[in-house]
Order: sequence, then structure tokens, then C-alpha cells
Amino acid sequence: MSEEEFALFLGCTIPVRGLGYEISTRKVAQELGIKLVDLNFSCCGYPLKSVDVVAAKSMATANLALAESKKLNVLTICNACTGTLTDACVSVNGENPVGEEVRKEVEKQGLSYNGTIWVKHFARYLYEDYSVDKLREHVKVPLKNLRIAIHYGCHYLRPSEIYDEFDDPEHPESVKKIIEALGATVVDYAGRLDCCGGATMTFNQKLGATLAKKKLDNVKKANVDALVLFCPFCSIMYDGHQRFIEDEFNCGPYNIPVLFLTQLIGLALGVDPKELGFDYNKVDVQPLLDKIGKEG
Amino acid sequence: MPEADTEQTVVETEKLDSSFLRKIMKHPGGEKILVCLQCGVCSSSCPLRLVSPEYNPRKTVKKAILGMKDQVLSNEFVWFCADCNACTERCPQGVNPSEVMKAIKNVAVEEGVAPEAVKKIVANLEEHGRVYPIEEFTKDEREMQDLPSLEPDAKVFKINKKKLLREKN
Repeated sequence: MSEEEFALFLGCTIPVRGLGYEISTRKVAQELGIKLVDLNFSCCGYPLKSVDVVAAKSMATANLALAESKKLNVLTICNACTGTLTDACVSVNGENPVGEEVRKEVEKQGLSYNGTIWVKHFARYLYEDYSVDKLREHVKVPLKNLRIAIHYGCHYLRPSEIYDEFDDPEHPESVKKIIEALGATVVDYAGRLDCCGGATMTFNQKLGATLAKKKLDNVKKANVDALVLFCPFCSIMYDGHQRFIEDEFNCGPYNIPVLFLTQLIGLALGVDPKELGFDYNKVDVQPLLDKIGKEG
Repeated sequence: MPEADTEQTVVETEKLDSSFLRKIMKHPGGEKILVCLQCGVCSSSCPLRLVSPEYNPRKTVKKAILGMKDQVLSNEFVWFCADCNACTERCPQGVNPSEVMKAIKNVAVEEGVAPEAVKKIVANLEEHGRVYPIEEFTKDEREMQDLPSLEPDAKVFKINKKKLLREKN
């Protein structure tokens, strides 16, 4: 198995509603010498969990079977895909009745998954495998003036039992270390582990927006240059809906730029902002770019 | 401070349905519901409970154990649950409340109660293997950005909407 070649799992949302994330991920991977391969993956299966957990895990496992057939480990950039696919790895590898049921469902469709590959979020891969030290060596524009708030998102960390304790679910540090390696200052704020409300938004817009508003209020108080995240749903909530939340609750204006982690890394690697998909950011990022002397 | 919970829950014994608990326990994720101690760490960790007392994982679990099927399924809380796993992470008994919520939703779907948003997603997954079909606009945008083109369908694992949603015709 190639050490530096991976299947990129985009999921459903990113290639349609998160192009800035995809563009910046591909660019950063290229700069760091990480080769990404595109396979015709389907949905990870996450939305099916509400309907039929076995069908959801089977869809996830079928995707793993596709990657395994190409002998490729999988890098994900959506937290929900990360959770669903990692959970499928654990279910199928473990000796449990659900794993057996899932295996049968997948076999019925002429596929098999033998548990020989792993799945990791790109951020986890950078932290655990690529290494923060190696990342630091690639930094050309240290982001010294930037104060950053991190939104980890739920499924990057929880449930921790599927993630081999690569990070502490209550006091995570993996992405803090990545961002500090870029030269920026990470600022703590109240409720940093709270959910964005994205999944609730599907069923009750006001309630989902209420959760997102709480975080925007807390981040505003922390006086940061950007909120950095690494999940497309969280981005939709904080960037895409920032103006909606201001209108809905008659609050703000927040003017909090929301960057994907890969956009921030790209800036530190000296990539031209024009190549990092900032056109798709809803909240103006120019104040942040001004601080590092770049034009968007 | 979250709003206090002043609701008095009346248990109408004649309406209890013991098969509800059995069905939940049969679904992956619902197996461990009976070891719940009602300590309430799930509710104190729940971001929705902070918004309103009507969203309460501890009570939902208790009602499910008692067989209060109508009350559990008529409260939209199980669908609003953001699946953030804060409860699951902290539950001292390993009940996995967020998985219990999924088991309850699976039972609801079996009974033919699926929200429209869910039906739409399942329809797209059956037809395209994706939550969002690839529209012309997306194709053009991706081409303009020099991103790899996407196949319109990605049916790695085929599903049957009617079967999953228990639709009659």
C-alpha cells in the first residue's frame, strides 16, 4: 500500500455546497505531497441512520469495500462522513451481531470488505501521521498576527470510542497544534465543543439556528480574526447562515470570517488566496487577508 | 440558565405498550437502554435541553423504558436531536443515548412515521446514491474551478426506498 496515496472521500455536501473546502483541500494536499485519488464513492450512509441503522452501516461498508478494492486508505474532510465510515470499520472488524448483519447485506450486493484499510479525517491524518513538525517545515507565511477560534464539530471527536483516543474528546488539542504550527494564536472561548445545530436545522430551522447563534455570540466575545472549522455542515451554519441568524434574531452584525482549516493552512503555505476557494466564503475574509498582507 | 422543567408527566398505564421497548432494544444502538440509571448527565450535556425543557433525553429514555410509545413518538425531540454525541460521551452507564434516539427513529420509520425531509433524502439516495443530485449549475461551477467531474450517479450500495420506509405502494 502506498504511504502517501489516499482515496479522497468528499461525501455529498462538499462537492455541491462546499467547493471552497474541496479546492483548498486539493491545493494543500498537493503542496504537502499527499496524493489524493478520486473514486466514485456514494453517500457515506449517515442520513440513513435515522431510517435504518443497518442500511446506513451497509452503505458505509460498501464504500470501504470500494476503497479496499483499490488498496487505498481513505481521507475524509466531512465530520459526518468521518464518523460514519470509522464506525463502519469498527462494526465490521469487531465480533458483534451488527457487524455480521452488515457483512451479509454488503455481500448480497456482490461486495466484500475485509477490514484492511483505515479511514481518517484529513486533520487527524495531518496530526497523527503526516506530523505537525513536518507541516511546520512547509510554512512560508507564518500567521503571526492571527487570533483563531477553533470549532471542532461533533463527529471529529465523538463518540471517542471509535477513534482510538487520538485526541481527548473533552479537551481536544490536535487542531490547536496544527494551527499553532502555522504561527497563529489559538483562542479559547465558552462552548467551543458545542454542536453547530446543522442536523437539527433540517427539521427545525429556528432551533438549529438557535444553537449556531450561541456559538457566534461566544466567538464574537473572544475577539478573533476567524472561526476555523473542518466540516461542511458547520460551515453552512456559521458562514452560510451568519447573515440569516442576524436577521432572524435581530442580532450582530457578527462579521466573523469562517475559514476551512485547509484554507488557513494554504495561506500559511504561501498559496495565493485566489487558489484557496475564498470566492465561496459568504462572510468577507478580506480583513483577515489584510492582516497577512494578501489580496483575496 | 436553562429554563426549569416543570412538566408533570402522567403515566397512563392503560396506554403503555411493552412491545415498544422490545422493538427499540432489537435495533442496533437500543440494546443497552435498560441499564439507564436516570442520572441525567445526558440532559445536562444536551444542547437542545439548554434551549427548552421539552427536549430531554433522560425523560425520553425513561418514557421509552415504560412503554410510553405515543408520548415518545409524538414529541419531535427525537428528530430534532442533532446527534452531537455529547450525551453518549458522558453517559456513565454506556447507554449511548444518541444511539437510542436513532433506534427510536428506526422504530418510528417501521411504524410508517418518517418526516418529509427524510423521505426526500432517501429518494435521492435510491435514485442517485447522493443526498444532492448533481445539477447543471454544479457541473458548470466545478468545470470552471477545474475540479474533477462527478458521475451523476454513485450507486455503490443500492437501497430500496419503499422497503426502507415501509411504503405500501
